Amino acid sequence: MGVAIYLLTFALILLGLYTIVAKKNLVKIIIGVLIIEYAVNMLLVLVGWRRGGSAPIQAGESAQTFAAGAVDPLPQAMVLTSIVIGLGLVALMVVMAIRLYEKYGTFDTDKIRKLRG
Amino acid sequence: MQASLPLLVAIPLGIAFTIVIVAHVRGLKALAGALATLAVIANLILSLYLLGSDEALSLYIGRWGPSGARTLGIELVCDGLTTLMLIVINMVALVSIVFAGPYMKRFTKTWLFYSLFLLMTGAMCAVVLAGDLFNLFVFLEVAAISSYALVGFGCESEELEAAFKYLILGTVGSGFILLGVTLLYAMTGHLNMARVAEVLPSAGLTSPAVLLAAAALLGGLALKAAMVPFHAWLPDAHPSAPAPISAMLSGVLIKAAGVYVLARLVFNVLGPVPEYATVLMVLGAASMVIGVFLAVGQWDFKRLLAYHSISQMGYVVLALGVAAEILATGGSTAVAGLCLFGGLFHLFNHAAFKSLLFLSSGSIEHQTGTRLLKEMGGLSKRMKVTSFCTRVGALSIAGIPPFNGFVSKLFIIVGLTMAGHPILATLAVLVALMTLLSFIKVQRYALEGEPGEKIEGVREAPVLMCVGLLLLAGVCMTAGLATGTIKKHVFDPARNALMKPTVSSTEGVSE
Repeated sequence: MGVAIYLLTFALILLGLYTIVAKKNLVKIIIGVLIIEYAVNMLLVLVGWRRGGSAPIQAGESAQTFAAGAVDPLPQAMVLTSIVIGLGLVALMVVMAIRLYEKYGTFDTDKIRKLRG
Repeated sequence: MQASLPLLVAIPLGIAFTIVIVAHVRGLKALAGALATLAVIANLILSLYLLGSDEALSLYIGRWGPSGARTLGIELVCDGLTTLMLIVINMVALVSIVFAGPYMKRFTKTWLFYSLFLLMTGAMCAVVLAGDLFNLFVFLEVAAISSYALVGFGCESEELEAAFKYLILGTVGSGFILLGVTLLYAMTGHLNMARVAEVLPSAGLTSPAVLLAAAALLGGLALKAAMVPFHAWLPDAHPSAPAPISAMLSGVLIKAAGVYVLARLVFNVLGPVPEYATVLMVLGAASMVIGVFLAVGQWDFKRLLAYHSISQMGYVVLALGVAAEILATGGSTAVAGLCLFGGLFHLFNHAAFKSLLFLSSGSIEHQTGTRLLKEMGGLSKRMKVTSFCTRVGALSIAGIPPFNGFVSKLFIIVGLTMAGHPILATLAVLVALMTLLSFIKVQRYALEGEPGEKIEGVREAPVLMCVGLLLLAGVCMTAGLATGTIKKHVFDPARNALMKPTVSSTEGVSE
């Protein structure tokens, strides 16, 4: 179970990459980017996770017992930041996809081809 | 002097948000440009002031200093390399923002442009100041998000298409950077770069886990730096942006967010081992050669310049790679220092001449309405200042003495030869010749010859645009002649910053 969940994050990253490379629809490409983002966020939380760990809130116990029992709070703070950044990116991506749809009347990347190469 | 470090980030970010407020107050909208210019000038003065310090400065935000074996707060570090990058960023930003005054008149909502511009500049300053891996990632993202918006600023269909492509590839790149940061944190338990560098040797510098983290980081950063084969977004994104932004993207963003972070990680955090050196050398050589071949066939002026950015950054990464190889194998530090100096000097010079060329192309486009070389012609008679500056930029990038491009390319080629890579040195010479060829084409079609239909009645660009161009042309002409002086005051501290910690990490390898 321990290793499998790490492998799942890497499988998700690969799935996201596949989606970006193989799909022709702008919305599906955006979904692919999101899958990569969430997979990395999940890995980040997993790095601080420990089996049977308690929430990192110190309530009366000594620093030693707290440190021995709690999960690492730092990755959780990092994940929050990363999720907020991701929110900004999704907003920007969706806006651009909508603007592209207004210009071209399609989400198909084969038809959105004014630029060469 | 430490106290000025957060100001470098706080001034542009603060003014960026002030501009948004000011723009909504009746009668104050016109102040946006002036405010932004003042912020950039203040930043440039601060970064020149930092040149005066001999040792590395470090500051913990909110005085959350280190306690025991742990660092608690976010650390800002300013060593020689950071100072060099700060000067490059703020120099190009100042010239671009002066140029943008008249150029941006054709767009609506210019206050939005100034706000995003300062956001990008401030974030890049924060990237080079960051002493902490996660902080580095966050500011990379801030700089990237504002650059995505700026590439699509015109909202025409081509610009949106280029911005979307850039956005998707950039986001994948930053996903991989975050993956690498996560893995490094999992292995070492630190985010502070200096602490990671201390702990990594005990995990084994080339253990599979470290290599996986390094692969994610180098892949993501190579995408940000547009190294071949990760370059597909650059020739679309850089020409589509407004000219001052093209100058910022090609001039500093791919360096601050790509090459600088690559150098910092490989030399100061991961430690130069042969594996990374090989990766950097392959990326650099491939970008250098393939970039120039793609550039020669272009007829769109800005697109041609964008491909040359790939090729010229190839030189820098190749020089860094060779220096890393020498340091990793324990070769002569003098030769490694020579390669590093060549690479860093070329980075500085590329910022100067590529921004100059992009701004010139913007000036030509502003006056004639075309970017195609075949539709230009005879500009040297109609736009004397612009064509003089274009010529200075073209001669610099082509490596004609006594311009700055010649000096730095010479140092790189001599360094490659002394490091025992005559084939790479020959390639570098050939690429320099191809660059010369393609800029002879630019001069022949754009500046010389008889004026085409569109050129009749074209006049010189507005004064502020010419001032911006002349400033950078001045840098291009003096940097080559004053090599000795600026090497002593700017580049030697920068080189030492990259070489110093490698002493301890090579000891780590031998253990």
